[in-house]
Amino acid sequence: MSKNSPKNLDEIVTEIVETDLLIIGGGNAGCFAAIEAKKVSPGLRVAVMEKAHISRSGATAAGMDAINTYIPEGKTPEDLVRWSRSQVGGGPIREDLALSNAQELNGAVDDLASWGLPIIRGEDGQPEYRGKWDISIHGEQLKPIMAEKAIESGADIYNRVAATNLLMHGDRCVGAMGFGVRDGKFYVFRAKAVIVSTGGACGLYKSYTSDATSSHHQTWMCPFNVGTGYSIGIRQGAEMTSLEQRWVATRTKDHCGPVDTISVGYQSSVINAHGERVLQKHYAHLGGDKAPRYIRANAPMEEWLAGRGPTYADTTNLTPEEAKELKTDYLNERPSFVLFLASRAQDITKEPIEIYGSDPYVVGGHCQSGYWVTIDRMTTVPGLFAAGESAGGTPNKFVGGCAAEGKLAARGAVAYVASVKLPALDEAQVAKEKERVFEPLLRGPEFDGVSPLEMEERMQRLMDEYAGGITQFYRTNEERLDYALKHLKMLRSQVQYLYAKDLHDLMSAHEVIDRLDMAEALAHHLKFRKETRWPGWQTRSDYPEIDPKLDCFVESRLNKETGEIEMFTRPYEQIVPGDRCQP
Amino acid sequence: MPPRVDKEKCDGCKAQHEPLCEQVCPGDLMVLGESKKAYCRSLRDCWDCMSCTKICPVGAIETRIPYQLGYHVAKLIPMMGTDSITWTCIDINGNVEHFRYKNRVEPE
Ligand SMILES: Cc1cc2nc3c(=O)[nH]c(=O)nc-3n(C[C@H](O)[C@H](O)[C@H](O)COP(=O)(O)OP(=O)(O)OC[C@H]3O[C@@H](n4cnc5c(N)ncnc54)[C@H](O)[C@@H]3O)c2cc1C
Repeated sequence: MSKNSPKNLDEIVTEIVETDLLIIGGGNAGCFAAIEAKKVSPGLRVAVMEKAHISRSGATAAGMDAINTYIPEGKTPEDLVRWSRSQVGGGPIREDLALSNAQELNGAVDDLASWGLPIIRGEDGQPEYRGKWDISIHGEQLKPIMAEKAIESGADIYNRVAATNLLMHGDRCVGAMGFGVRDGKFYVFRAKAVIVSTGGACGLYKSYTSDATSSHHQTWMCPFNVGTGYSIGIRQGAEMTSLEQRWVATRTKDHCGPVDTISVGYQSSVINAHGERVLQKHYAHLGGDKAPRYIRANAPMEEWLAGRGPTYADTTNLTPEEAKELKTDYLNERPSFVLFLASRAQDITKEPIEIYGSDPYVVGGHCQSGYWVTIDRMTTVPGLFAAGESAGGTPNKFVGGCAAEGKLAARGAVAYVASVKLPALDEAQVAKEKERVFEPLLRGPEFDGVSPLEMEERMQRLMDEYAGGITQFYRTNEERLDYALKHLKMLRSQVQYLYAKDLHDLMSAHEVIDRLDMAEALAHHLKFRKETRWPGWQTRSDYPEIDPKLDCFVESRLNKETGEIEMFTRPYEQIVPGDRCQP
Repeated sequence: MPPRVDKEKCDGCKAQHEPLCEQVCPGDLMVLGESKKAYCRSLRDCWDCMSCTKICPVGAIETRIPYQLGYHVAKLIPMMGTDSITWTCIDINGNVEHFRYKNRVEPE
């Protein structure tokens, strides 16, 4: 127990902040939301609640080497939606949302350029495309640049305050609560509208490097984004869409860094142990190197399963200059990969880069899992909006699309703010949450309980083995999911034994609590989709084929009365014409 | 991949309430110890984003690959300029490579 730890609830200061618009998560989407809200409504009070420090938080903390989507001259937003749809096997996707995002996309990227982000340009001054839609950047400073603009906008930034629950007025969201991970205060934000932009959920599953290494967070997705933004909505009965469409990606082996840099940026092929070009040989009928993302993502693991691993991204055709450029790209995005190569003394022009699958993530800016939202990005909870990885329905958002959606959600929320009044503060609700939040810290040094890490590791192995993690080659079935659900319930009942030795540990305790809620909802989604629509992302070994009846959205909602998650479907609506599987 | 702090070089960012590494770490992992030197409170939880390593004004922080994943001893040293960054990479055989590029352009 740290010497600064409080002994009882009364010692803990409650800080009440009144604002018009609260943004939870000052990442990529959150910064853009704050800037846009202040731009369209300068007099509006905007507060940002950020668990880390906005200058280096979330997915873009280390930087970026590309903006994966920027519509080139001669192409239209409809073209982008067509491509995006084909990447997820024809969907279903929310084409209304995807279109509005695409229409906003280039403007958001142009904002970044005008703020000083170096975009690599050709002699004609136009951005250099490394693939069909993605442009290269030297984005080491991407996050500091967005943060500076958010601060400049006049929004009030609350760094190191982690959200733990929404503040509700009946069914309406009127703010959020959380605690200062450094100052130990309990924070209550009262707001007319709230945007949740906490990124995706990492760490629901065990990563394969977490056993027997000193590195538990060797994950592709930012491990500090744990899905709290989803869980706080799930607990209030918000509707979630498509959680079963998990993001599983091909990543550098033993390091779990991005691979698009190599495969898109340098057209390297995936090869197996025998030097065969895997996608051409086994997936030619699905498009070879241009196959949908989940096919490409899953291919290396299928090779391992078939006894044809290891698998590589073949970089042996690169010139030394190209190899250096490739490493420069990594230094802008995931610098430790360059260190990793040096730790193997690897010359990538002679030895190809080994690749493997990642642990599964829920990321609504890549797949389409997340909150079900209206075109204004309002969730099914009035007053609660979502943007970026937190909002569902639109796959392939990435940096530009998350920024664009931040703007859209800000406009939706600003309009909503004008239509509502702030109700009186519900003291009982606040007192209850304060007690829940600090409980693990107040249990005292003699308490015989469970550490956040112990519970996290139990949950991660459970999800890995029973809910389709990487050690199981992403496969699961009805019985395993039932097993996972049973044990998730048991884990939930053990939350009462969690103890935290200090404020950092208290954050970890809440991270595991939030992950349990998220994992449960995810397991229900995986169970409901009795088919295999996106192998790797969603593989049911007991239902290996596509079921045409399930060409729809799978939805969930917590019934607050029974405490049970209820599943249902929503129909798909095609708006952009054309063959759904063709870009 | 855990950061290591050189106790000789680290000065705890002297006058600062929180040293810069503690200010930026996205995982709330860097802290100022009793000896007024920074350290990483949970090495296993680091995401190796290198934010601490880049921001340290005295170059006291080094990001290391855990031995189970990479061999002893490679180094990657960033030097921040006002609108550029220079990296020096040394592999386990002592081969050195330098990288330098602009990370900011003039805002419009
Ligand atoms: C390694 C890597 C490489 C990538 N490469 C590219 C690329 O080259 N090109 C591209 O276009 N895209 C790339 N992406 C994807 C892109 O970075 C993301 O899609 C996008 O930045 C996500 O934006 P976001 O705002 O939804 O989430 P984030 O930017 O992650 O923001 C979430 C924020 O919420 C905060 N937060 C979380 N929980 C809480 C809480 N409880 N309370 C308060 N705050 C909280 C976090 O600290 C963070 O600041 C990459 C992603 C990764 C991880």
